Amino acid sequence: MSNDHFVRFENVDKSYDGKQLVVKGLNLDIEEGEFVTMLGPSGSGKTTCLMMLAGFETPTNGQIYLDNKVISDIPPHKRGIGMVFQNYALFPHMTVYENLAFPLRVRKIPKDEADKKVDKALSMVSLQGFEARMPMQLSGGQQQRVAVARSLVFDPKLVLMDEPLGALDKNLRESMQYEIKHIHENIGVTVVYVTHDQTEALTMSNRIAVFNDGKVQQLSSPDELYERPVNSFVAEFIGENNTFGGEVIDVSGEKCKVKLNSGIEIMANPIVAKSKGDKTTVSLRPERAIIDPEKDMDNNHKGKIEEVIYHGDHTRLRVDLLGNKDFILKIPNSSNRMDIKEGKEIKIGWNSIDCRALDPK
Amino acid sequence: MSQEKILSSDGIPLEESLKKAERKNKLKAVLLVAPLFLFILIIYIFPIGDMLFRSVDDRMITKMLPKTFIAMEKWDGQDLPDEPVYEGLYEDLSLLKKNKTFGKIIARLNYEKSGFSSLIKKTIRKIDKLEEGNYKEQFIKIHKRWGQSEYLVALKNTAPNWSYAKYLKGVDLKFDEKRNIIQQDEDRRIYKTLWLRTINVAFWVTIFCFILAYPIAHLLATLPMKYSNLLMICVLLPFWTSLLVRTSSWMVLLQQQGPINDLIVWLGWAADDNRPELMYNVIGTFVAMTQILLPFMVLPLYSVMKTISPSLMRAGKSLGGTPLVSFVKIYFPLTIPGIGAGSLLVFILAIGYYITPALVGGASGSLISNNIAYHMKSSLDWAFASALGTMLLVGVLAIYWVYNKLVGIDNIKLG
Repeated sequence: MSNDHFVRFENVDKSYDGKQLVVKGLNLDIEEGEFVTMLGPSGSGKTTCLMMLAGFETPTNGQIYLDNKVISDIPPHKRGIGMVFQNYALFPHMTVYENLAFPLRVRKIPKDEADKKVDKALSMVSLQGFEARMPMQLSGGQQQRVAVARSLVFDPKLVLMDEPLGALDKNLRESMQYEIKHIHENIGVTVVYVTHDQTEALTMSNRIAVFNDGKVQQLSSPDELYERPVNSFVAEFIGENNTFGGEVIDVSGEKCKVKLNSGIEIMANPIVAKSKGDKTTVSLRPERAIIDPEKDMDNNHKGKIEEVIYHGDHTRLRVDLLGNKDFILKIPNSSNRMDIKEGKEIKIGWNSIDCRALDPK
Repeated sequence: MSQEKILSSDGIPLEESLKKAERKNKLKAVLLVAPLFLFILIIYIFPIGDMLFRSVDDRMITKMLPKTFIAMEKWDGQDLPDEPVYEGLYEDLSLLKKNKTFGKIIARLNYEKSGFSSLIKKTIRKIDKLEEGNYKEQFIKIHKRWGQSEYLVALKNTAPNWSYAKYLKGVDLKFDEKRNIIQQDEDRRIYKTLWLRTINVAFWVTIFCFILAYPIAHLLATLPMKYSNLLMICVLLPFWTSLLVRTSSWMVLLQQQGPINDLIVWLGWAADDNRPELMYNVIGTFVAMTQILLPFMVLPLYSVMKTISPSLMRAGKSLGGTPLVSFVKIYFPLTIPGIGAGSLLVFILAIGYYITPALVGGASGSLISNNIAYHMKSSLDWAFASALGTMLLVGVLAIYWVYNKLVGIDNIKLG
């Protein structure tokens, strides 16, 4: 049974030792042409999922479908899935040309046609003229591009990328992110990308699957993920986050009243904790809290500045607010700077809609 | 660029002040290296030099018969020499008798031509009774061989200080009386067979080691740590056991009434009264040497395989290569440095192997090193032993050179 999803994980379990499940009852659908990122901390099962899709691991239970076919019994070399590995996995004893020609040669593609394909793939990553180089003679970024070109040269419908940018320095990583994104847009291949770097995920993906503890915590578009996390883990993992622990004491429509552990009550947006008496962790993005609010905001509290950290384009404040000593605020660096000093008392306000009552930690 | 000398801040040329600053470090380095250097010099370089020297050194006899050889310079070596040669012989031999140092010369001359032993012994016994003058006649009277030119020619041939005759002997060649290089007599040609057998055994032992070691090394490199450590201990265990013990245990296993033969009989592959000989022939040498040299193949292979990322094989498969194609095109070529190192190591060790062939090889399984040992210990022909040793050394260096030309020594990885 399957319908029109290009890739489909159906109740997939995976255990290595028979004692612990690395992946638990995973269900995940990926559409053709999508760029889906599996994001999560190390040990969350994301790479295992990728390896199961590639065929290097077998699911302990459940089925994986590719193009409506069960692929459990197809060995990796017959799946026709391109793959970019963490450390590129270029064949060190072959030239760039030979590396790219390898998948074509094993498919018995005639040489002139293969040459054309190699040339096309190299031009895609702007590495023409590097055919005769050995991988060791290339920089990290160039090796990365060769690895990407190699995974695409035999026109696979699906390409898997396992933390391909992990070994690059920051600037190179950013430019490679755009490059991979553009290649994806140009040729319309389906990409499943694994990373633990949230910026990378937010920059590149159509949809992001946040993994934790062997499960997909949330699968949605980058903005959805950042703006509307569905649980504490996602809120914590993606971007910066201020939290308060407490208990819901009153719910009225779109708002609820939460009594914090410090005894003070705040207004919040009931997402997970929806009924009276629920324990909750309230999550608020630093940029949604405003100093000296002019407009009416349904949360208005006073806090004491504990620390001021200058970041150039913005200044970060660590504030002692409502019993949370690590409440972070971001102030953009504008000309009318406020008088910010350590130890000063300030007024802080935010809207209850931005303040999401999620599951307790 | 200007050719001016760069000065350091106190006006001394930079090069000089750098040298001064580095002097202490250099001295330290020299002192640290000195003990090892001396050690190698004394126990390695000096003995090898001595061995090379011995193999060509033929001065002993020149020193013992100085007057004879001076007189012989004028002799053309055709007919019998004239009186001065016999006079020289008389004086030299009298002196040797007086000093009682004629033992060595008898042995040396008998190597050159058999028959000299009795000739010299008889001459020395009677030399005191000779009268002055007309020595030639008197010598021929003592022993008729002094009247046969072939003995005198043989004597003359020992005159040069240096001789490569031992090397010729090592490849079944020799000098005839006219100093032409000819083949050794048919029944005395043993060294060519011995060399070929040595190379043959070393070659096949290397092949067997490779066949056995490759899967083990692969397993070692890919198994989880827990199991690979255990396996590694199994590989290294023989290393920690005395070579003699290991060879002796092979003797226990391989003997005609031993467990392996029992098994063969039990399986019905051989009749009980017709048990195959597994020892004291080349089979024993093969089996024992392969087992003993196996770690030397496993370890370099392992160290190379350990560096091959498993993702390379995965990449090969994900790109569409079957496991076999991926292995042949990707994995195997990357292990070649290890194969080279291991094969070179095993071959070089095997070609000079001594104890194992001596104990389990018997006559048909003994190798060149056993012959060297024989000449060192039994026949006491050290010069010949040295010559064989030198030939072995040169052979090993030649293999090394060829390997370097073919594969490049930099590609070797020992660990």
